[in-house]
Amino acid sequence: MSAIKTESISCKQLTLQRGERVVLENISARFNPGELTAVIGPNGAGKSSLLACLASVLAPSTGNVFIGDCDVSALPATRRACHSAYLPQSEYPAWSMAAEDLVALGLLPWGRVTDRAQRVLAALQQVDAVQLARRPVTELSGGELRRVQLARLLVGDAPILIADEPGTALDIRHQLQLMQTFRAQADAGKTVILALHDLPLAARYCDRILLLQNGRLRAQGTPEDVLTQGQIGDVYGVRSELRWREGRPEFVTGDLL
Amino acid sequence: MSTRDKGILWLLLAALPVALMLALMSGPVSVNIVPALLQGWHSDSSDAVILWQLRMPRALLAMLVGAALGIGGAAMQGMLRNPLAEPALLGVSSGAALAAILLLYYGLAWQSGWLLPVLAIAGALLAVSCVWLLAGRGASASRLVLAGVAINAFLSALMALALNYAPSMFAMQEIVFWMLGSFANRGWDQLLLALPFILIGALLLYFSRNYLRSLSLGEETAVSLGFGGRRYPLLVLFGIAFAVGGSVAVAGTIGFVGLVVPHLMRPLVGQDPGRLLWASALAGALLLSLADVLVLNVVGTQELRIGAVTAFIGAPFFFWLIVSARRGMAL
Repeated sequence: MSAIKTESISCKQLTLQRGERVVLENISARFNPGELTAVIGPNGAGKSSLLACLASVLAPSTGNVFIGDCDVSALPATRRACHSAYLPQSEYPAWSMAAEDLVALGLLPWGRVTDRAQRVLAALQQVDAVQLARRPVTELSGGELRRVQLARLLVGDAPILIADEPGTALDIRHQLQLMQTFRAQADAGKTVILALHDLPLAARYCDRILLLQNGRLRAQGTPEDVLTQGQIGDVYGVRSELRWREGRPEFVTGDLL
Repeated sequence: MSTRDKGILWLLLAALPVALMLALMSGPVSVNIVPALLQGWHSDSSDAVILWQLRMPRALLAMLVGAALGIGGAAMQGMLRNPLAEPALLGVSSGAALAAILLLYYGLAWQSGWLLPVLAIAGALLAVSCVWLLAGRGASASRLVLAGVAINAFLSALMALALNYAPSMFAMQEIVFWMLGSFANRGWDQLLLALPFILIGALLLYFSRNYLRSLSLGEETAVSLGFGGRRYPLLVLFGIAFAVGGSVAVAGTIGFVGLVVPHLMRPLVGQDPGRLLWASALAGALLLSLADVLVLNVVGTQELRIGAVTAFIGAPFFFWLIVSARRGMAL
């Protein structure tokens, strides 16, 4: 298993159509190593579709996705899978396997891995789930299962991590732990892309934010650039404020507009 | 492979020769097994001929077919992410059966010993191709099942028609017996005919083991792990068609083995769909050869058909599944 150090991922003029409906329209963005990026937007804005396109799970109608300078459509699927790991919004195991076996599935793109057990253990440690290792996944709570799935995302050590609402079903403590884990991954040079509904968490932990509205890229930039009262009010119809506290941005929501 | 898995592997491997010995000892006349075995293939003593030309190929064929049905069932359940799936669901068995029935119907089966099995395999491949084409590009598991049900229903209708208008009582009897499956009067020819197809099928399924593993987490995750595109589902479908088609071609349709065997193995080797492939192949070989021993030891004027025996094993198994599900155990 050869470690690929860092890798950027970008999309150019990405458009996705499903039947008559345009789900994503002309989206161009670049995600760099060391950056933690949140993709935000109201329900149905196209967050999940954008992440699925970036992870090569959905093929865009037009436009391209690049890993580094390489068009992903030209990469063999297993090689691409070694570069980017993806956690969908909902993922239900079909079989009642042990949690550690589920985590090990994240190593499949790498073929034969010699230190499989250690890697699985390390990944479980990162999400505070070592104690769950031998439990059957069908007996885990929603939050416990999510942590095990996160370990599956991390276990391959892919340079690009893409997770669709990874914090769903997690309690506050584990949500914070999760964001810290992703922050640490980004600080270690990974390219991390998360779809998030929790704007305070996005403001606090992310370097960049992409704001989607009706399949279009409404804004992208730092939290201060994107989470402005005007833009949030316009897109979500909610009053909000971005304050600074102990050197970090703090996002607070108010009433409906 | 863990130590536990290795233990189970060795246990199954050790049980196979025992089942083989039981099968060699079973039959209407009593044979001195050990001397007959030692006399060898070429001896023309009656014991040696019975053992080497009748019982040995039959026993080995039962194992081979059992292995094919077991691995086919495990692959089917893995691909459809459903523990109640079995190869017959995709029309593999009925495709092979219909081809054979048509041959029997027109009385062509006796022209050449090879014609029936070869056409039965072609029927299985054709049925799976129809299911694949009907389900369309990038079909989900549920669409594949739906296409399989549709093709199966159509093939069953054609089979009913063939039975309805069977030209003679003999043809009808032949067709019915063939639909129930049997290892009676099967020799080395049938074994050698089925072997390459079943091996090809098993090999295709072996190559798709990681795809089946990745599917444990759903199709989306499987694609993200590098198992996208049409190649992998095709590998599994045709693997099943070759393995199960090959076995139906020489032994008729034998139900329930593909459904029951993976269930029996899950508590022993775990839920991993890749590991289940080899475990189900070995357990299928064991189960079907023991079922055939039962067939050989039931006294009666007519031979009991193996399909009836496996159905008797399969039906109570379903009852047990329901009871354990009601008790809150995982299915």
